[in-house]
Amino acid sequence: MDAAAIELDQVSLGWRDRVAVRDVSGAFGRGTLTAIVGPNGAGKSTLLKGIMGVLNPLRGEIRLAGDPGRDMACLPQSGELDRSFPISTFDLVAMGAWRRVGAWKGFGAAERERVWQALDTVGLADFAARIVGTLSGGQLQRALFARLLLQDAHTLLLDEPFAAVDRATTEDLMALLRRWHQEGRTVIAVLHDLDMVREMFPRTLLMAGQAVAWGSTAEVLTPENLHLARHLCAGDYR
Amino acid sequence: MSWLYHLLIEPFLHYGFMGRALAGSFALAFAAGPLGVFLVLRRMSLMGDAMAHAILPGVAVGFLTAGLSLSAMTIGGLVTGLVVALLAGAVARLTPLREDASFAAFYLVSLGLGVLLVSLRGSNMDLIHVLFGTVLGLDDASLLLVTATSSVTLLVMAVIFRPLVVECLDPGFLRAQRGAGSLSHMVFLVLLVLTLVAGFQVLGTLMVVGIMMLPATAARFWARSAGRQMVLAGLIGSAASFFGLLISYHADVPASPAIILSAGAVYFLSVALGPYGGLLQAARQARARRRRLAEIVG
Repeated sequence: MDAAAIELDQVSLGWRDRVAVRDVSGAFGRGTLTAIVGPNGAGKSTLLKGIMGVLNPLRGEIRLAGDPGRDMACLPQSGELDRSFPISTFDLVAMGAWRRVGAWKGFGAAERERVWQALDTVGLADFAARIVGTLSGGQLQRALFARLLLQDAHTLLLDEPFAAVDRATTEDLMALLRRWHQEGRTVIAVLHDLDMVREMFPRTLLMAGQAVAWGSTAEVLTPENLHLARHLCAGDYR
Repeated sequence: MSWLYHLLIEPFLHYGFMGRALAGSFALAFAAGPLGVFLVLRRMSLMGDAMAHAILPGVAVGFLTAGLSLSAMTIGGLVTGLVVALLAGAVARLTPLREDASFAAFYLVSLGLGVLLVSLRGSNMDLIHVLFGTVLGLDDASLLLVTATSSVTLLVMAVIFRPLVVECLDPGFLRAQRGAGSLSHMVFLVLLVLTLVAGFQVLGTLMVVGIMMLPATAARFWARSAGRQMVLAGLIGSAASFFGLLISYHADVPASPAIILSAGAVYFLSVALGPYGGLLQAARQARARRRRLAEIVG
């Protein structure tokens, strides 16, 4: 593995009185496709929030290659989005142009063309004018992927991208993930479907409050490691 | 047609105070409506209420030290309004208490404190003046304050519109982009306090929230996009001011409740007839659904 896109040095993260992630060290290599797996409450989303910079580490350091605001795009868990907000699908996708357009610059023809292309790629071209609140769960997820396309970032962080999404949508979106991987981008996704991880993701980080194992997927997802992860999380109820 | 002229136009041309009242409440409505739309979209409808009460103690302190002085009451209101906004936000962040509950607590305390302070020196008339405003007695300074504040509010809203929308829709997005999402929220709060302080001259601290929230909630039933709702809220607020003042003039009733009740009438009409989620439309859709079902099932 060559240069690291994201390096974690004894990182601990937490909310209020709870430490959700303890002492994680390691690196996401540039251009790697990594799945983060683990039981509920294992600190997967918390770790992503730390990498995004939304949450500051309690201890340790997160080092990023390149300017984080410029180089990183995140797919939030769908619950974090206010779906009742009256905005069209086109405008939601257009948000992806933020770092080029910002708060004040005009939204020119080139950006519009990018939005249409992205909508077309995820199969939502006919839904551009639809209000976000009327989209199905799968369609919303497609729209958020279109927004990622527009962000054109070198590092992509996805929090449960395929939760509550049907099989056809999962396959389409997974194809996009693979395309990003082939383009040399660093992709990190929190996932629950271990079969999919075994099939599609070369590298895996198994979390259970701490990093249980981190490396090539075949070495990480062993019965022993998975058992250990479940055990560690069950023991977290102290 | 001359009876229409007598009914609708003449009062404003004939009496200077009516013309001033109309100008002042138009200016207020065009700034308050858009602010209200964002409060509704962010599910912070109670926040307007809370902030309007929060300016009361400051206004009262201004009144205690300098009497019915515009600048003293304005500065006092601005200070306590911003302090309460910051404190309530801090309580919500530092304790498990949710933001709405924390704002409710602060505004009840502010209301009690404000009424107590005004009563220390003023008469009941002064209290009523502060609580319900003096839309029919706007002097040049008050009118200037309201129009200037509203113009500034509209301009700044235009400047921060994009981050404000993004922050509403997906709060994590701008934080991850290292954008100034929370800054736009702070600016929005300052605009809110500014408009409420200017508006208390017109409608009073109790009534000013009405011209902010009622047109905004009504507009939601007539327009989809946030931008259109904002324009519509301004228009509805202005219409309510126009008709409210006329009702007050012809029926000889107090002006600010008449304005708020006019806005309330538009709200109830919108709930009943509005094409987006109104009751009539919902009933029509239910009927169409039953007919479809009957066709399918046979």
